[in-house]
Amino acid sequence: MTLAVRVRRALGTHWYAWTMVAPVVLVIGVIIGYPLVRGVFLSLTDANEANVERNIGVNHLPATYKFTGLDNYKAVLTDGVFWDRLGWTVVWTVGCVGLTFLIGLTLANMLNRTLRGRTFYRLALILPWAIPAFISVFTWRMLYNEKNGILNKLLAGGGIDAVPWLNDPTWAKLSVIAVNVWLGVPFMLVALLGGLTSIPGELYEAAEMDGAGPWQRFRNITMPGLRAVSSTVILLSTIWTFNMFPVIFLLTRGGPGDATEILVTYAYRLSFVDSPRNFSESAAWGVLILVLLSVVAVVYRRALRKQGEVW
Amino acid sequence: MRRGIRGVTVTALVAGLALTASACGSGGDDGNGNAGGELAGTVTFWDTSNDAEKATYRKLAEGFQKEHPKVHVQYVNVPFGDANAKFKNAAGGNSGAPDVMRTEVAWTADFANLGYLAPLDGTPALDKPDDYLPQAVGSTQFKGKTYAAPQVIDTLGLFYNKKILKDAGVEVPKTFTELATAAKKIKAKTGATALYLRGDDPYWFLPYLYGEGGDMVNARDKVIEIDDGAGVKAFKTIKDLVDSKAAVTDATDGQENQLKALKDGTVAMAIDGPWDIEGARAGKAFKDKENLGVAPVPGGSSAQGSPQGGWNLSVYAGSKNLQAAYAFVKYMSSASVQQQTTEKLSLLPTRKSVYDVPAVKKNEMVKFFKPAVDGAVQRPWIAEGNSLFEPIKVQMNKVLTGSATPEQAAKATGDAYRKLLKDYK
Repeated sequence: MTLAVRVRRALGTHWYAWTMVAPVVLVIGVIIGYPLVRGVFLSLTDANEANVERNIGVNHLPATYKFTGLDNYKAVLTDGVFWDRLGWTVVWTVGCVGLTFLIGLTLANMLNRTLRGRTFYRLALILPWAIPAFISVFTWRMLYNEKNGILNKLLAGGGIDAVPWLNDPTWAKLSVIAVNVWLGVPFMLVALLGGLTSIPGELYEAAEMDGAGPWQRFRNITMPGLRAVSSTVILLSTIWTFNMFPVIFLLTRGGPGDATEILVTYAYRLSFVDSPRNFSESAAWGVLILVLLSVVAVVYRRALRKQGEVW
Repeated sequence: MRRGIRGVTVTALVAGLALTASACGSGGDDGNGNAGGELAGTVTFWDTSNDAEKATYRKLAEGFQKEHPKVHVQYVNVPFGDANAKFKNAAGGNSGAPDVMRTEVAWTADFANLGYLAPLDGTPALDKPDDYLPQAVGSTQFKGKTYAAPQVIDTLGLFYNKKILKDAGVEVPKTFTELATAAKKIKAKTGATALYLRGDDPYWFLPYLYGEGGDMVNARDKVIEIDDGAGVKAFKTIKDLVDSKAAVTDATDGQENQLKALKDGTVAMAIDGPWDIEGARAGKAFKDKENLGVAPVPGGSSAQGSPQGGWNLSVYAGSKNLQAAYAFVKYMSSASVQQQTTEKLSLLPTRKSVYDVPAVKKNEMVKFFKPAVDGAVQRPWIAEGNSLFEPIKVQMNKVLTGSATPEQAAKATGDAYRKLLKDYK
């Protein structure tokens, strides 16, 4: 059977399916595929703002950048800056995801039982999610202002010295993590609450009959029951947090110094702050971030699958 | 929403990259040149003036329509912090760029280098070029061509609260060492801190650097100078001022915090520019306008100097309405408009003839700032000029928070410069 025949047969049998997925494939190809391929290509060149093709009104400036192979990657990986930023990005991600998950899990368990005003609490806790992130972040920035912010005014009322929320490297790290946790908890809460409601109540009843304490019930029913949901939300949350640009950029712009600079904010700096904008090195950072996250995702999935056999 | 925001950011970044690289999209301007010798169409003007200034600028810009009734001036205020990136995105993507852009002196060479600006030599935009102050012209030149008309010129000065200094019984300090000494008296007698030190903005580092006889780079000989002795001393000066509590500082929101501290009288002095005169006078410490004094910025151990700054007016090379844009630049940079910005906002004109106008001559701020501008230090007007600041900012923060020594900071800044300026020593 020749290829042409095979293709025709495949199309003939599944033409309906192909037609149905075509728009999606097209859209994904245009909005994800093209920039991705373009980014990988740029990372292998020395393209910057001054040598890419530009059309300024009627003037046409042709592209003059050239292919440089893996030079950008070599430069990035042999530079201490990348490893420094990677170190903090990992701390930031683990810190944020860990805290968000723990708080989300606690609140979800509290809200899963029947108590007065449960709907109100649920709504109130989801509120941070309902506000656009950049508005929350700006609000936090005002609260954190060392000289005129409300947080320090409150502390001063209690006789406590002003805390340099965003002006001290260590405090700034804690402050950005706190804001990101605040922003991230509602998502965890909703996802885990959904997971909890899907655990059959009979299991708890049976366990209680057998004399299992609250901790044992949590450990042996709730945790395994949540496993499918929690593994997914932890993975998603890790990817989001790893690249959480707005929180860092809008709160501290990576400062003070470079204390809170994560990988993506540094890549942004290269391609938008430096002049001429360094597209190629920035693209190389972008590709490295993608590779790192892909590796994490694959390893994590595999680890979970192995654990699954034990359970 | 979380996912939404992140998605938007990444898409914007990726799309920005792709757009700028492939330069797709099309220009969108409904201007249409000059019909029969008379200017017509729309001129879009991106102005970067601050909140206290923008109403005046808007009025002035729209005043152009009185001279050319067929032209519509589209005034857009773009906050200073976003303006550079916004213009680059629009100009590089060939979509949505203004016809006339207010370019900061350090941006002009950068934009011109990228081909975004129209050369103005021989166009109506440059009217009576001999009337411009020579130091104002410096930043408008790039590779032998003129890419802008100077609009306002400025430099930094030491703003001081006359009453606080008088109550403390101290003179206006001439050096940072004197300032540190006076700080103790000021604190003891009035409770105010002597100085607000802008730790968030690297531009404010320059007086300390110039005060030690240093500079960022020497553009003529292509040598990086920041990491020599003067740079180290300058980092040490700011650290000592903050450590000894002679100065307070912030790593973020310095502009707002400095102005508020000055207005509320919680600091006696601040280094600031003429653009904040109006803002400062609105505060309770300066209800009596006379209470705000301005002196030259204090010197360091071996010299004294403050950076020369200001704003130029440039024409976008892709403008669809070049003739009207040239005329608009000529108008906004004309003697009569400059006189009005001085009278209303105390901003310094770039034309010699305006300084001879009695109303300008009498302006107290002009009286101070003109000699200061004459003695101000010109920065290297190179395409990379604007990106020399970010490395200083990072290291300034590090020094002030104690996570780097002045020596480490100066070295790290120099190293960052070597990455940006590949052919420099």
